[in-house]
Amino acid sequence: MIRDVIKYSISFILLVLAQGLIFNNIEFGGYVVPFLYVVFILSLPFETPNWMVLVLGFVLGIAIDAFTSTLGMHTSATVFVAFCRYYLLKMVSPRGGYEFNTKPNVQDMGLTWYLFYATVLILLHHLFLFYVESFKLTQFFYTLGRVLASAFFTLILVMLVQLFNYKSSTKS
Amino acid sequence: MKNLIRFLTKNSFVFLFVFLLFISFVLLVQNNNYQNSRVFNSSNFLIGNLYSTINNVNDYFDLKEVNADLAEQNARLQSTQIGTFSKINGIVVEINDTIYAQKYVYTSAKAVNSTTNKRENYITIDKGSLNGIEAGMGVVSPKGVIGTVKNVSENFCSVMSVLHEKNAVSAKIKKSGYIGSLVWELGDYRLAQLKDIPNHVKLNVGDEIITTGYSMVYPEGIMIGKVVDFDLPEGNNFYNINVELSVDYKSLSHVFIVKSWMKNEQKELEALNNAN
Repeated sequence: MIRDVIKYSISFILLVLAQGLIFNNIEFGGYVVPFLYVVFILSLPFETPNWMVLVLGFVLGIAIDAFTSTLGMHTSATVFVAFCRYYLLKMVSPRGGYEFNTKPNVQDMGLTWYLFYATVLILLHHLFLFYVESFKLTQFFYTLGRVLASAFFTLILVMLVQLFNYKSSTKS
Repeated sequence: MKNLIRFLTKNSFVFLFVFLLFISFVLLVQNNNYQNSRVFNSSNFLIGNLYSTINNVNDYFDLKEVNADLAEQNARLQSTQIGTFSKINGIVVEINDTIYAQKYVYTSAKAVNSTTNKRENYITIDKGSLNGIEAGMGVVSPKGVIGTVKNVSENFCSVMSVLHEKNAVSAKIKKSGYIGSLVWELGDYRLAQLKDIPNHVKLNVGDEIITTGYSMVYPEGIMIGKVVDFDLPEGNNFYNINVELSVDYKSLSHVFIVKSWMKNEQKELEALNNAN
């Protein structure tokens, strides 16, 4: 339990720094921006209390917003994702619930499950984020294009992170 | 109360979500100029539209006052126009620091009552002796001559309009400068008759008839109307001319009362002629 807290704290800091210092600067023509930091919310253990997921989402969003000085933008998106995560987990839970001490990752839940889970949440996050950012529906399809492209890019990064985790966990 | 608490605890997740999302949006709107302007613009769109609709309606209620103000202003401007001054000519001038002396002063007023169907038609105007109105002053509107002040009370005055069988206005044909007398011979309130134009004068339908300024009641050159038809009866030296009045007496609103500064002087001088 304590180990998990430390582990997640470190990954929180690393993800925020990576997002703030690296990924925010990756812009393919100002069109595609990957938002890897959502992986933090995706990877929280199943047993995390729902309110804690929301609060952690809120804190994560504030931290990201601090870098881009867009206070509230990422925060609302992460809170939204934390909210959706609860219902999505309920929807895709295996019969008899999640096994104890399993985490939402490829290793424990399988590739198909994780791909579906990650894709849905990343898409929701990006949809929310980009539409809050543009804050109007006049450029609906332009924004939608940004959402899809960025979500795809984020998904690749998330899967890469999973790949690293997968290796490290099989070794140990 | 118990149920309420149970309801709240049961849905605490949703409430927490709504609460946090609300905070995020407050932060978003407060700290980001772009979203801020969007939110307030869209609320302005709704509220602004409402306000402008209300304003549109309110404007109609204000129209009266606005019109009165404008009329007041027009009167003031007209008082300063060069046509209301008379040039002082001559080599010897007593005391003279300007080359123009004010001849006419305009006061704006409003017609409150008007008749057109009697033999002697009067118009009531909402300015009286308190406003410095005296009998004998001329009344004009932006469209043309209206009449002369007959009786004055404290707050009102009644104006003998051109449509009065005993009112005669000194008028001239603008083009040729021939002077006649404009009278109203009953009947149509749009038509008056111009008398005393000799038969050698060339006339055309549409000729403009204006005031002469001789009587010092109206300034010179105020529009009276246009010639609509004329005929020369056999054995008569003068035309019968019908003049369509430029003022519609049935739709009078803002008028100007004209005070002539030099009228008394002129009258006194002319009275000397009769005395001798």
